[in-house]
Amino acid sequence: MRLQFILVKLVRGLLTMLLAVTFVFVVLRLSGDPVTMMLPDDTPAAVIAEYRAMWGLDRSLPEQYVRYILSAAQGDLGYSFRDDRPALAVVLERVPMTLLLGLSGFAITVVIGLFAGIAAALKRGTGIDHAAMAFSIFGHSMPNFFLAILMILLFSMTLRVLPSSGGSTWWHLILPAVTLGIINAGTVARFTRSSMLEVLHQPYMRTARAKGLKLTRRVTSHAIPNAAIPVVTILGLRLGALIAGAIVIESVFAWPGIGLMLVNAVGQRDLPVVQTIVLLVALTMVVTNFIVDIAYGWLDPRIETREAKES
Amino acid sequence: MTVLEADRLSADSNRRRDPISSRGAARADTVLAVEGLTVGTGRADLVIDVSLDVRAGETLCLVGESGCGKSLTCLAAMGLTSEPLIRKSGRISFLGQDLSLLRENQLAEIRGRDMAMIFQDATAALNPVRRVGMQIAEVLVVHRGLTWSQAMKQAVELLASVGIPDPAGRANAYPHQLSGGMNQRVMIAMALACRPKLLIADEATTALDVTTQVQILKLMKELQAETGAAMIFVTHDLGVVAEIADRVAVMYSGRVVETATVDDLFERPLHPYTRGLMACRLHATTTSHGRIAAIEGTVPSPSKRPEGCSFRPRCPYASDECMALPALRPIAGIYGADQHRAACHFAEDFARAGS
Repeated sequence: MRLQFILVKLVRGLLTMLLAVTFVFVVLRLSGDPVTMMLPDDTPAAVIAEYRAMWGLDRSLPEQYVRYILSAAQGDLGYSFRDDRPALAVVLERVPMTLLLGLSGFAITVVIGLFAGIAAALKRGTGIDHAAMAFSIFGHSMPNFFLAILMILLFSMTLRVLPSSGGSTWWHLILPAVTLGIINAGTVARFTRSSMLEVLHQPYMRTARAKGLKLTRRVTSHAIPNAAIPVVTILGLRLGALIAGAIVIESVFAWPGIGLMLVNAVGQRDLPVVQTIVLLVALTMVVTNFIVDIAYGWLDPRIETREAKES
Repeated sequence: MTVLEADRLSADSNRRRDPISSRGAARADTVLAVEGLTVGTGRADLVIDVSLDVRAGETLCLVGESGCGKSLTCLAAMGLTSEPLIRKSGRISFLGQDLSLLRENQLAEIRGRDMAMIFQDATAALNPVRRVGMQIAEVLVVHRGLTWSQAMKQAVELLASVGIPDPAGRANAYPHQLSGGMNQRVMIAMALACRPKLLIADEATTALDVTTQVQILKLMKELQAETGAAMIFVTHDLGVVAEIADRVAVMYSGRVVETATVDDLFERPLHPYTRGLMACRLHATTTSHGRIAAIEGTVPSPSKRPEGCSFRPRCPYASDECMALPALRPIAGIYGADQHRAACHFAEDFARAGS
């Protein structure tokens, strides 16, 4: 039962990654020849042909695709057109920076989102609730690049307290991470609130009160474990979205992660690098979803039994 | 009912049958006294001027149809009513202490320790993502200051005392892995963990099948005899009342319409509503000619109660007098008059006709 579950997830995950890579592969090759874009206008035709042959671009599209997939399956993701090094190595160099930004943003999302959502649910209808929900709508409706620009205007240009671009010091992390965190915290707060409200009306919460438990214990020990179940899904989805959001945030703040690299690589037609980054992002999504599935079974003891009964 | 009745006879030795003193006079062993309790929302009152008291070792049954305010009375007694329901008037004194003077945190210390409640649907009333042993142990950790390991050990003992086989194994189960009857036993174990002075059971056996119901009732009586707790038992099943009650309060549309000792009530019901409830019972011995007795109509909505006696529109004896609200009063002409109270203008007539 357990093994079958993992196998199904694995096959689905591989399919997801294959689809993403295929899509990007085709679109990139339909959107212009990288060789003519990278070489000066007056390059002789023979040189161009030489480059095309070197990068395998002279073959037919299906052939290129099959060769790419076969070598990718063996872990060879090609060489960067610009750098002449393995694309994977080029990308992996930047992964820690994106992870740092993404996880910092995620931590901010979790802390602010959960706190605001729980407070809003417990103080339903009060000023705290309205403030939290106003914040939620703000985060939800604000385009991330626009908030990023506003942050730069306020903290870098006007107050001059934080650097606006680069990634050389910890100070540089603050603005992009907070922007990323706030954008996603709104959704998490809203979700947490509705989940908490539903749980607070359950009979077992009345039981907890009848047992003489004080508010803190009722919330931490009885409400949150139940309310967490749907919230974990949204957090899992948000973790994926955070990586995607990081691409935009990284370009605004010139944060040297894979997002900035992706934008540059698309501009430069560095196809292997773009494909590698897309593959990594897809892999992150698949792994996150898998972790969410595992976390479900751990948070909600009813799930495992239900599966056991079905099979 | 024969099994239940046999059971009841065997348990009679545990009962007190001494006459009950007049209402309001605080007896030393009065555990809970509710006086003039009115609970409602801004729009309507759901419990009106309810007075009850229950003494140590005694079982008081609250009887009535759904929507009569029985459960709400119990919740109010525990101080568990929450918005939009508010306690509008009345005094609830528990062990001589006025609960309305206590703050929420002080109430929390009493709840679960000195007064405990068992809810109708135990499976829903238990936290689905916590092991049942932990849910029981929690009470001991909070109120008795035990460590978790001590409390878990005691929780297993409690599970054994409520007749759960393999208590150590079951303590690690989640509520969805146990049957409704098992969960109700878990609830009982949880409620009794701190040996409360007052146990309130709100339709505790209603959701269970008949054999389980008998076992649970028996268990509760045994445990009550052991701990000497006062018990308030809410039910709409007169079979259960006959089984477990010392005294009965019949509620209708938010009011107490009749109170009596259990024997008195069954022998001489003095309110037409109580008489209706009695007539609705199915007797295996009497021939029903294919018809099942029922009280015509339904309980009026709290926002649209008729003027005067709320039972008037459904009452076969209703007359013009009933436009005036009858007071709940001792009915003369029967033994221990003060034990038997009814809120009907014609209660004296029924008393005379019955004796």
